[in-house]
Amino acid sequence: MTTTVDTTTDGTEDELRQSLDDWRGVAAEDKDELSSSGGIFLRARSRRLLGELLRPHKRGLLLATVLIIVVTAFEMCAPYLVSIGIDDGIPAVRHGDWTTIALVAAGIGGSALVGSLLRLKFLTLAGRIGQDMLLELRRRVFNQFQRLPIAFHEKYTSGRVISRLTNDLDALNDLINSSLDGLVSALLNVVVIGTLLAVLDPMLSIIVLVCLPALFGLMAWYTKGSRIAYRLQRETVAAVIVQFVETLNGIRAVQSFRREKRNRDIFSKLNQDNVNANAKAMMMFGWFMPGIVAVGGVATAAVLVFGGFQVMDHTLQIGVLTAYILYLRKFFDPMQDLAVFYTSYQSATAALEKLSGVLEEEPAVPEPAEPKRPAEPVRGGVRFADVRFAYPKRDKDEAARVILPDLDLDIPAGQTVALVGATGAGKSTLARLMCRFYDPTAGAVRLDDVDLRDLSDRDLRRSVIMVTQENFLFTGSVADNIRFGKPDATDEEVERAARAIGAHEFIEKLPQGYATDVKKRGGRLSAGQRQLVAFARAFLADPAVLILDEATSSLDVPSERLVQRALRTILADRTALIIAHRLSTVEIADRVLVMEAGRIVEDGAPDALIADAQEGGGDAPSRFAALHEAWRESLV
Amino acid sequence: MTVMLFVALGSTLIGVGVPLLTSSIINGPLASGDRAALWLLGCYALLFGLAEAVLILTRRLTLASSVLGIERDLRDDLYEHLQRLDVGFHDSWQSGQLVSRMTSDISAIRRFFGFALIFLVVNAVTFLSVGILLIVIDPLLGGIVVLFGIPLSLIVFRYEKVYRRNIRAVQDQQGEVATDIEESALGIRAIKSFGRRDLFFARYDAKAVTLRTLQLRQIRTLAQIWALIIAQPQTVLALITLFGAAAVAAGRLSLGTLVAFVALYQMLVWPIESSGWLLAASQEANTAAERIFEVLDVEPAIREPELTRQPRGAGRLVFENVGFAYPGSDAPLLTGIDIALEPGETVAIVGPTGCGKTTLTALVPRLYDVTEGRILIDGVDVRELPLAELRSRVACAFEDPTLFSASVRENLVLGRPEADEAQVEEALRVAQASFAADLPWGLDTRVGEQGMSLSGGQRQRLALARAVLGRPSMLVLDDPLSALDIHTEGLVEQALRSVLADTTGLVVAHRPSTVLLADRVVVLGPAEGGGTTVVAQGTHHGLLETEAVYRDLLSQGSDLAELAEEAVR
Repeated sequence: MTTTVDTTTDGTEDELRQSLDDWRGVAAEDKDELSSSGGIFLRARSRRLLGELLRPHKRGLLLATVLIIVVTAFEMCAPYLVSIGIDDGIPAVRHGDWTTIALVAAGIGGSALVGSLLRLKFLTLAGRIGQDMLLELRRRVFNQFQRLPIAFHEKYTSGRVISRLTNDLDALNDLINSSLDGLVSALLNVVVIGTLLAVLDPMLSIIVLVCLPALFGLMAWYTKGSRIAYRLQRETVAAVIVQFVETLNGIRAVQSFRREKRNRDIFSKLNQDNVNANAKAMMMFGWFMPGIVAVGGVATAAVLVFGGFQVMDHTLQIGVLTAYILYLRKFFDPMQDLAVFYTSYQSATAALEKLSGVLEEEPAVPEPAEPKRPAEPVRGGVRFADVRFAYPKRDKDEAARVILPDLDLDIPAGQTVALVGATGAGKSTLARLMCRFYDPTAGAVRLDDVDLRDLSDRDLRRSVIMVTQENFLFTGSVADNIRFGKPDATDEEVERAARAIGAHEFIEKLPQGYATDVKKRGGRLSAGQRQLVAFARAFLADPAVLILDEATSSLDVPSERLVQRALRTILADRTALIIAHRLSTVEIADRVLVMEAGRIVEDGAPDALIADAQEGGGDAPSRFAALHEAWRESLV
Repeated sequence: MTVMLFVALGSTLIGVGVPLLTSSIINGPLASGDRAALWLLGCYALLFGLAEAVLILTRRLTLASSVLGIERDLRDDLYEHLQRLDVGFHDSWQSGQLVSRMTSDISAIRRFFGFALIFLVVNAVTFLSVGILLIVIDPLLGGIVVLFGIPLSLIVFRYEKVYRRNIRAVQDQQGEVATDIEESALGIRAIKSFGRRDLFFARYDAKAVTLRTLQLRQIRTLAQIWALIIAQPQTVLALITLFGAAAVAAGRLSLGTLVAFVALYQMLVWPIESSGWLLAASQEANTAAERIFEVLDVEPAIREPELTRQPRGAGRLVFENVGFAYPGSDAPLLTGIDIALEPGETVAIVGPTGCGKTTLTALVPRLYDVTEGRILIDGVDVRELPLAELRSRVACAFEDPTLFSASVRENLVLGRPEADEAQVEEALRVAQASFAADLPWGLDTRVGEQGMSLSGGQRQRLALARAVLGRPSMLVLDDPLSALDIHTEGLVEQALRSVLADTTGLVVAHRPSTVLLADRVVVLGPAEGGGTTVVAQGTHHGLLETEAVYRDLLSQGSDLAELAEEAVR
């Protein structure tokens, strides 16, 4: 159950989750989506966002409003002019006087022309404002997602990001595109015609006034119900998108393990959930719209009868009654437009709630307000001072999961450090702290004596770069992907980087060389080739501190040998942290750290650690020596 | 559809009835002062009003279910079709383009069926009935109304063509933007670790700005159509007033009839005005459907065989003169590959980076089809086996261990829902993945992107467990131990060896430790005419002695020399 939903939805929401959980398994992350306040806060939050988006367009909006008022006025004078024509023009024509009727006709025709020109102006203006707002929102949300830390993304997941930035923005686009101009003219119609009705005949208008509370009641009922339905709709459609994206990205596994049928069942279920949420919203609308029509029908009948009596009593002219009934239709027709608009608005508000939630999320790894500049050139000394790291508690009863209890580590500038240890010993966490994917729970990580938290993102990323075994290649050419390390690099620099790492050979053999499209996620290349490209990328970036987390695992022996040789030169003048199961990488290290349960249990030069063991001088052979021995045996 | 037509006709008749009623009131009771008749007609008006509401309600409720049904079915169909389409298709299509089809385009179609279609039908019925009525009431005035509709439709028709192109451009651009969004979300670690936020924002922004430009163009076209459409009814109204007044003055028309005529004509105003956005919505749905069918019409390149044959045997796998070139490339990647694996035999594939080892393994479960030669299982071409049968015989573990956002158990059994607890446990044991039992909710813990994040080694072990589950007769493993530490690797090797003892296995190996799983080694290397082919075969130790290429591929070079020195000492 996401806490962003009104308490009234608990039942259905829980059922929904329950049905999903059968196959999805359990994860504590389900419990919180984002902020944890109730419905009123949500509305205030999304209204605030809407206000912010509208503010820069104050003048445009004012102009648009004036335009649409004028347009509506022009359009609305037609029935009035017709009534003049009937009441005054026709008697005049009977006497051979055509001036009035000609003026009336010219008036109607002229207002049509001016009205349509002004509407053209209005539509383009309103369209531009709407699209500018949308663009601004796209930018903000995208930027915010990029700003939020890895920990956020691990919880939020890419499918949800995609859903927010595509589907939720579509809902807003629908509102802006199709309905905004309809809203203004419909609203104006209702207000102006309401006033006109009141002026035309106050007595009859009392009848209309009596109907209004019924309309408001209808509206309140619909607002409450549809909001819930639309929130549910946004969440269920996100689930559909998540499943869709995941299937597409794992299509190889899906097909080779014949998961198609099971997937189809799961997808149908999610799809049906979404359809149910939609159905709820459409049903609500199905009652809302005829409700309005019924109120209008009652009002019209009443006006006919009572107006008729007034005409009989000669207190009302027939022309006025005709006009009144014409206007009355015009008073209730736009109400239907308003209802349609209101539906888009409800749907968009639900989307806006989600988006404003993302925008209000504070990055847990924030950029400093006043960044400190590191001393130039960055030398690359790294110090972990009393660092403690624990994952936040997932719920109150759970103990915090401590990964690093208390780490004190000094890596002098230029040193190459190898980190070894079993899975779960905390090696990757240490690496992630070093490049500030996370912040330590206590203590500090410092680069050249500056706390990482005081560095601007730009300075930090320029100095510290991590290469992992999951090297993501982006759409584009091989050269583009290497240039990712340094966007302004020339072709020569790109090639030099590839040569240095030993990737030049294979790239040259590709059909279009460096210009070869790597295809989706680098599918054109083998895992080893992707890893080489990632290395070249890091080399080109030329950071003071380089972190390699299992970065050579997919390389075959000759490639690894090349990389190894390259690393000797590359790492000569920079600080490096290497995590590797294959100890061949470790051999180039100046220093080896063995980790166990978040603590460093051995620390020394590799030769020294092995030598201790071989001499058998001390206690049992060191852990590193044992690992080293096992590795050697695996080689042949 | 018939219900809808009936209901639409009903609502229009009622809508027409009210102005007629008005005119009869004006001409009847009001002229004669008959109060009782007024009450009666008033009741009729009320009934009409309520009946209109009831009809709208019926229409809405019947529509809701059918429209949502269409949306659901389209989504299900699209999803199912995409699952059937071959890996080659997925390699070449950006998933953003597919996501935008599944969301924006299907929504456009739903909007059309949910709103536009009813109004189109209602409007058409209104046009027809009101038009006929108007001509009946007064042929001259009615004629004016009908005549003026013709130039309008011509102009609108021309504009719609332009609009159609605008919309298509917008929809395609939405797909582009979605692609960027997806990449930025999936590649967030790389973007962050290189601090390339600005670069990606700039890329995204450029596409978003283009999208805005295209959308503005679309809006401008629509505004022009609309302005034209809106001017029309009022112009006609001016003419009606003029000619109507003349007719009344000439005594050809009663005042009440003129009022009724104008009131009736007012009924046409909204249908005319709304035809602008109705046509827009139809065009949008039209191009959206076009985009969806571009995908639905793609025939999977990997198809179920028409005639199937059942292989009989213990799992003999033969590559017979196999060649493969990626679609759109004329240079073959693999050529003339001949390998025969006897039942129970395990063969390691060794070759330089990027030579096509992974592609070779993908040919067995038919993720791609060979472009030359054939692959035989017990004498039957894999293209003659039913796909499900083939893929249940051949189990794979890829170099990139894909885990889905589902429970560990679900991830293990994937396509083998019949697997029992004992089999799951055995698979976990073979892959040394007992850590799964220690996860917070054991095997029910959700893993994958939306669940617990596992280390590379853990994911690889789960993927391996998935492959060996239920002891398939054929195992294809692509560098299955790369992310494991030495200790675990040793344990997995031992357990795997027992599985491979009676399973036909094809193992891509980068390291000696993996090669040792195999009975025999096949070395791939460049062929003379380009592409990759088999350059040597033999046992690990034999090849180490005789083949320099092989030594280069598998020995640690300098390290080995050191090792030799140590041995000598």
